[in-house]
Order: sequence, then C-alpha cells, then structure tokens
Amino acid sequence: MSEATIVDARGSFCPGPLMELIAAMKAARVGEELEVLSTDRGSAEDIPEWIKKVGHTLVSSSEEGGVYHLRVRKAK
Amino acid sequence: MKRILIVGGGTGGTILANNLARRLRHEIDSARASVTLLSASARHMYQPGLLYVAFGKMAPSELYVDQKTLLDPTIHFHVDPVESFDLDHNEVKAKSGKTYGYDYLAICTGSRPVPASVPGLMENAHHVYTEDAAVKTAEALRTFEGGRIAIVTGVPHKCPMVPLELTFMMYDYFKDRELLDKVSFTYTYPIGRIHSLENVAKWAAPEFDRMGVRYETLFNAKEVDGVQKRVHSEEGSVVEFDLLIAVPPHKGMEVIEQNKLGTSGWIPTNRATLAMEGRENVFVLGDTTNLPISKAGSTAHYEAEVLGENLARLATQGGAMRTYEGKVFCFIEAGKDRATYASFDYKNPPQPRPPTRAIHWFKLAYNRLYWNSVRGLL
Ligand SMILES: Cc1cc2nc3c(=O)[nH]c(=O)nc-3n(C[C@H](O)[C@H](O)[C@H](O)COP(=O)(O)OP(=O)(O)OC[C@H]3O[C@@H](n4cnc5c(N)ncnc54)[C@H](O)[C@@H]3O)c2cc1C
Repeated sequence: MSEATIVDARGSFCPGPLMELIAAMKAARVGEELEVLSTDRGSAEDIPEWIKKVGHTLVSSSEEGGVYHLRVRKAK
Repeated sequence: MKRILIVGGGTGGTILANNLARRLRHEIDSARASVTLLSASARHMYQPGLLYVAFGKMAPSELYVDQKTLLDPTIHFHVDPVESFDLDHNEVKAKSGKTYGYDYLAICTGSRPVPASVPGLMENAHHVYTEDAAVKTAEALRTFEGGRIAIVTGVPHKCPMVPLELTFMMYDYFKDRELLDKVSFTYTYPIGRIHSLENVAKWAAPEFDRMGVRYETLFNAKEVDGVQKRVHSEEGSVVEFDLLIAVPPHKGMEVIEQNKLGTSGWIPTNRATLAMEGRENVFVLGDTTNLPISKAGSTAHYEAEVLGENLARLATQGGAMRTYEGKVFCFIEAGKDRATYASFDYKNPPQPRPPTRAIHWFKLAYNRLYWNSVRGLL
C-alpha cells in the first residue's frame, strides 16, 4: 500500500477531525491518500458522510485502542 | 552564551520573549544568554479588535501599540523579516541581508487569510481579517438597507468563534437599526453542525432558531458567482446573497512554505514538546503549528508559557520539563451585550454556560488588558 499523509487529529475538539481533513484535502493532490487519526467516535460517522457528499473515496476505516483510522482518497 | 532567537513578534513571540527575559535575567546580565526577536512590523496589532472595528465599536488606531514598548529592555528586537531558514546550520537570513545565528529557535510567524483560494470570494465577500477588510465591512453593514445576508466559513481559519460572533453581532446591529424584518440570515458551516465544538453547537442552534437565522451545514464554498449572487458549495448546494460575509480560509506565512518547513505554511510540530518534527532545537508556537487545535491568541499564550519554561531550562540547567496539554480558552460574544466562553484541552471538551453580561464586560476589559498580558504582567 502506498504511503498516506497522516492527519493526526487525536484529541481535537476544535477544529475537530473533519475540519482537519477538509483543510488537508484542500492541500492534497487528486489521487493522494490521507489517513485521519481521531479519538472522537462521532468523526467515524461524520467523515464518511462528508466524503460521500463531496464524492471522494473512503478507502478503509478501522479502530484500534480507541483511535479511529480513516483512510480517504482525493477524487477531484 | 546561549542564543535564543524568536521569529515573529505577535501574540506568541512577544509573550515568549518577555517570559524568557524574566526567567533568564541573571544569565542575560552576565552575558551567558541572549534573547533576540525578529518581526515583520514595528507595530503590534490586537487582532481580535478587528471584529469590533467592523461594528464601529473600536477605531482602527486603537488596535496598535509600538512593539518596542511591549518588550523587556534586555530583548534585542529588530524589524527585519526572515526570508530564509537554514536549520542545518542554526541560522536565518533576514530582509536586511543580515544573518542571525541561534542555539534555540522559536518560530511564531502566525497565519494569514487567503480569500483568493476560493474563486470569487475576494471580489464579492466582506471579512474582518485585515484592518482594510474590517473597515470595508463596517461600511457595508452601515449602508445595508435590507436583503439576504449569507455567512460562509473557510477551513482552516483563525479564531474559531468568529463565524458565530459575526452572526450574533450582525443580528443585534440590524435589530438596533430596526431592520430585522428586512434582513434574512443564512449561516453556513463546513461540518455537520453549526460549530466545531459540539457543546457550543448545541448551545448556539436554539439561539439561531429563536433569532430566525437559517443554517446550512456541510457547506464548503467552492466558488462565488458575483453576477447571480450565489455561493456554490463543494457539496453541491447553493446559497444566495445580497451581502456576503466570509471567514476566509487561512494559510501560514509564505516564507514557511518557500523554505519547505510545512505544507500550506503549517509546520509539523510535536503536540506535547512543541518541537518542530525532526529537530531538537527548533520550536513552533501559535497559528503556524500544524496542531489540530484552535488557531487563537490564547493557544499561542499557553504554548508560550510552556516553551518559556522549557527554553529557559534548556539554556541553563538541562532538559525541558513541561508539556503542552492542548489548552485553549476562547470568549464567545453572543450579541452586543452578552458573552460566554469555551475552555478545553486535548482531553477535556468545553462546557459553555449560558451567556451573561458579566462575561461580555470581562471580554471588553480584556481588549484593553491584552497589552499587559503580552508584557507578562498578567
Ligand atoms: C478578527 C479576529 C478575531 C480574533 N479573536 C480572537 C479571540 O477572541 N480570542 C483569541 O484567543 N484569538 C483571537 N484571534 C486570533 C489571534 O489573534 C491569533 O490566533 C494570534 O494572534 C496568533 O498568535 P501568533 O503569535 O501565532 O501570530 P500573530 O499574533 O499573528 O503574530 C505573527 C507575527 O509574525 C510576524 N511575522 C510574519 N512574517 C514574519 C517573518 N517572515 N519574519 C519575522 N516575523 C514575521 C508578524 O509581523 C507578527 O508580528 C482573532 C483573530 C482575528 C483576526
């Protein structure tokens, strides 16, 4: 698997994992993969919802020791 | 002689410089340590005051103080913006052509609004993130006689409370002008609720309902059509406006990107030690870190206190002892005469209380106390 840019949003109440991802997506190239780390359960739902709405791709999602890992690909 | 060099004389840099000058007084007096501050401006701006300028409550001239008067006299202060960083050789080169060496470096060059990154935003929206823009916003509000007001928020941006505060303050402004029946508000926000802090969103949503402010979430502006007066979002929706108020997306300073210190000007920073990733003698604080926390003056302030203690130890007796726990404190203006606040860190979410007049008056007092706070007197 190719290297993903890590967006470490653990412990982020403000701006929070989704905002961190939106900002990182803007700076990323089309086709690039980003992996968000989050300790917030809500973001495991918010992030896929946003990804779907905008049309990017959710590559994988998992949880390990209270940390959610969401890997996404910038599609446009 | 341990040389500490601070690049950036805003909130974080000024507090850090004064904190170090105090802690290292004996070492500085006996030429065993020095503190040098390089900045891009001879004047220090109290940026939160820009919000009040937009509502005619502060004059632009009230926002500035001569930087030199804020600094301990032992600090070597130069208005000489850094143009290149040579971290492998422990030196930076500034605009004057002069090179400054260091044993320890702290970078706190802040962030800047980049409205041009959303097509049409710069030409069609008002904002409060520069003096010029805040003055123009005041004029736009003063001459607005009614119509659709839309509020759009870009990511990332400094001061997380500004989108809400602008909305609450505009509502009260038009209420005072008895224009509420002619004005409609549409507030948009990038994520699935109306503020990034869940508890703040829970408190603000019923306030918006009461005020009749419509809100649309998961809205990230893609472009602004100034002819049709419409904002199109990445998510495929459209908001129409007669007056568009923006919180523009931000970046770190260009010099950070040009020197390849961090994508978009955000420097990869260790969340606990505040060391730049991969460097032992370079530290980062304030808006320019890539940390997932609010870009706010209070963040820079708490970080500067941790770094002050650690750098003073490094310059004298050895290792750093304190870690930064992610502490942030933000006032939230909830209209023209009420306010609340949010206080949180990496582990504890905020629990905002209902707004009161007392907190509003405290915030107004802080607008003046800021100068003593950066001097290290508070
Ligand atoms: C409208 C508005 C409202 C706000 N409200 C609040 C609030 O209510 N509460 C709150 O906590 N925060 C608020 N903030 C945010 C707060 O002002 C910033 O987060 C804070 O100033 C960041 O501190 P800093 O030290 O990182 O950067 P800054 O204070 O921006 O300082 C950066 C410094 O770096 C210098 N510099 C830039 N480039 C160079 C270079 N190449 N070489 C040397 N020096 C350089 C600049 O001259 C400046 O002195 C608000 C901001 C705005 C705009």
